[in-house]
Amino acid sequence: MKSRIPVILLACGSFNPITNMHMRLFELARDHLHQTGRYQVIEGIMSPVNDSYGKKGLVSARHRIAMAKLALETSDWIRVDPWESEQETWTETVKVLRHHYNESLRLLKSKTEFMKNKHPTERSAGNSLSCQHPVLPELKLLCGADFLQTFKTPNLWKEGDIKEIVEKFGLVCISRAGSDPSQYIKESDLLTQFQHNIFLVKEWIQNEISATQIRSALCQGLSVKYLLPDPVISYIAQHNIYTEESERRNEGDLLQPLKLHSTGVTPLSD
Amino acid sequence: DPDRRTEVVLLACGSFNPITNMHLRLFELAKDYFHETGKYKVIKGIISPVGDAYKKKGLISASHRVTMAKLATKSSDWVEVDDWESSQSEWLETLKVLRYHHQKLLSLGATNNLEDGVPLTKLGRKRKREPIIKKNQSPDINSVPQIKLLCGSDMLESFGIPSLWKLEDITEIVEKHGLVCISRAGNNVQKFIYESDVLWRHKNNIHLVEEWITNDISSTKIRRALCRGQSIRYLVPDVVRAYIEKNNLYSPESEDRNAGVVLAPLQRYASDSKN
Repeated sequence: MKSRIPVILLACGSFNPITNMHMRLFELARDHLHQTGRYQVIEGIMSPVNDSYGKKGLVSARHRIAMAKLALETSDWIRVDPWESEQETWTETVKVLRHHYNESLRLLKSKTEFMKNKHPTERSAGNSLSCQHPVLPELKLLCGADFLQTFKTPNLWKEGDIKEIVEKFGLVCISRAGSDPSQYIKESDLLTQFQHNIFLVKEWIQNEISATQIRSALCQGLSVKYLLPDPVISYIAQHNIYTEESERRNEGDLLQPLKLHSTGVTPLSD
Repeated sequence: DPDRRTEVVLLACGSFNPITNMHLRLFELAKDYFHETGKYKVIKGIISPVGDAYKKKGLISASHRVTMAKLATKSSDWVEVDDWESSQSEWLETLKVLRYHHQKLLSLGATNNLEDGVPLTKLGRKRKREPIIKKNQSPDINSVPQIKLLCGSDMLESFGIPSLWKLEDITEIVEKHGLVCISRAGNNVQKFIYESDVLWRHKNNIHLVEEWITNDISSTKIRRALCRGQSIRYLVPDVVRAYIEKNNLYSPESEDRNAGVVLAPLQRYASDSKN
């Protein structure tokens, strides 16, 4: 039986707060990759953005991580990783990808070493095969279709980063029925070149839970039950996280990547 | 002033095959809506799954559907499941279910505290109500609780399907009780109401609520995903998902149930000439 390529899905974002829709993205991506017959999704990682990203209304990473942890308690394959949020400053997405990829390699290496040191009779047939020829996992960036569009925003991305993301890693891009992300790919030579590494997944069950609307609802005292997991709703209430004041955070500030990349060159202007 | 608000009970009838986060959201949206009018106070939500005798294609046994709904509402302190409708041997018109719950409300002289323990006399007249021992209670004609049918735009628009509803039933529903219809922006509901004389006449008793999250988690799509081995996580409460999985409830076989059988209301009204 031909072995499937192990895949790790990484989602970067504000998760401000995490919603049922964020978690759905993982489930959809996993189903899709499994149905190709070529992949086995072994892990999902949620990586909340660093506070210094400077997005309006972004509450402290401490809370965003805590909420994600509560939300993912019942998941046996998705976890939240604080590395990106713990860095001293905002980190480019490609760097987060590199970090997690290296981590997965490190883990694989130590597992392989461990298996090699085991007495031959302790190993099962499957293990001994894989420790001789470990299949390298692939790390793919999980995102919504609007993410593809942001590649065109001036100064938001460095062209070299986009190339590395689609060439070395790959994208799993979830879009809703009625939208056509393939056009964004067609409009870009770079994305077209690596389209084999961009997986487009259509979400037929519309469930657009925008975190912005959630925060607005919370400020107005409206119910968000069944849109976020109950423990997250309790946490938000308990710590009074989203208020009119929190919504004004970073107001008027430029996003960190825009501050850094003020070269005036649009990445995908090819 | 919260005590002068009209008390409202929301009743949702449907297959709930299975119950989804979208069904549960309907209640939350309706409650917020009524609260914001300043005139109403939602005191209870009732989920009433339809009986097996409805004979809808793919409808699994009521006992499972009731159990799943109960699991789903465990975490709610105001929405509950009622199995009276589903335990009847014949299919019941929605109006009959409304009347039943309305009568039940009246005879309990209900307010927030149904388990008061205070013995109450059965009421003959609708307007009068025994005051229950309660702080700041003011017997007020406005505080007779009302039951409103909670639904999505699809149910409202199903009023137009020939032989599915009796005209006099629709009339009594909107005249004596009221409708709360949740739909998304850009829907056809207002046009539908405009084009119907009976709905137009009672449009003040039809409350239209716009959902601010586009939420299309239909039970049909859930069943389809399950048949295809796809994940339904985060679309239905986790306890419901676990129950479905454990009992292997939905499959191509279950989807074939009642295939070719005429829906109960259509069968009953087939002889009626007009709607």
